[in-house]
Amino acid sequence: MAINFESALGLHAQALDVRVERTKILAANIANAETPGYQARDIDFKSELAAFESGMDVSRNYDMMFRIPAQLAADGNTVEIGQEQARFAQNSMDFETSLTFLNMKISGLRSAIKGE
Amino acid sequence: MSFANIYDIAGSSMAAQTTRLNTIASNLANVDSAAASAEEAYKSIKPIFEAVYHGTGVDANPAASVAVTNLTTTLDNADMRFEPNHPLADADGYVAYSNVDPIVEVADMMSATQNFEASVNVMNRARSMQQSLLNLGT
Repeated sequence: MAINFESALGLHAQALDVRVERTKILAANIANAETPGYQARDIDFKSELAAFESGMDVSRNYDMMFRIPAQLAADGNTVEIGQEQARFAQNSMDFETSLTFLNMKISGLRSAIKGE
Repeated sequence: MSFANIYDIAGSSMAAQTTRLNTIASNLANVDSAAASAEEAYKSIKPIFEAVYHGTGVDANPAASVAVTNLTTTLDNADMRFEPNHPLADADGYVAYSNVDPIVEVADMMSATQNFEASVNVMNRARSMQQSLLNLGT
């Protein structure tokens, strides 16, 4: 049986990439929490990963979506800081989770190579 | 996969909030500054924030940092107080005091502090993510 690193690690590596890009977007939302007229954005993680799984060529140009705020601010800013912080925390925990899976894959492959 | 932008973004926010805190400190310090005329009176300073997008077209980065594009003074009028014995009193006996509202400034200060802390947390979190990425496979 040939070991294909791409297929063994591919999905998790892609997941990490989307997570990092999403971290950037959420960091930008938090940074611009008080910039008049700034519109909060996000990446839909599920649809990006589904696109990757279906074999689409997913470049770094992820689809951005604008956040629909629960409450409108007078200055046109759509960042809800608490929500963004919660999403940021969740996203980084998901990043750590993907990383853990990747680590388990790697140690699995290592044991297979060593024949342990 | 690059973390560099995250530090730039969080850093830009921290810098912007620091500028804001500086203006608040200046405003609060001058809350009782007197002047001979309304034009000369100290006026509350407010920074103007703007989202800054990097790159254009295909290379456009959707993550925007924040910048202070301008410092403006508020349009409220000076606080004219009737103090005929004050050395700066005008012909009618009025002295012009700053238009700083300490309540507004303190509320603004809390908001700036919290935003600054949010960005510090973002930076710490990004750092620990990068750290665990570096430990991958060990």
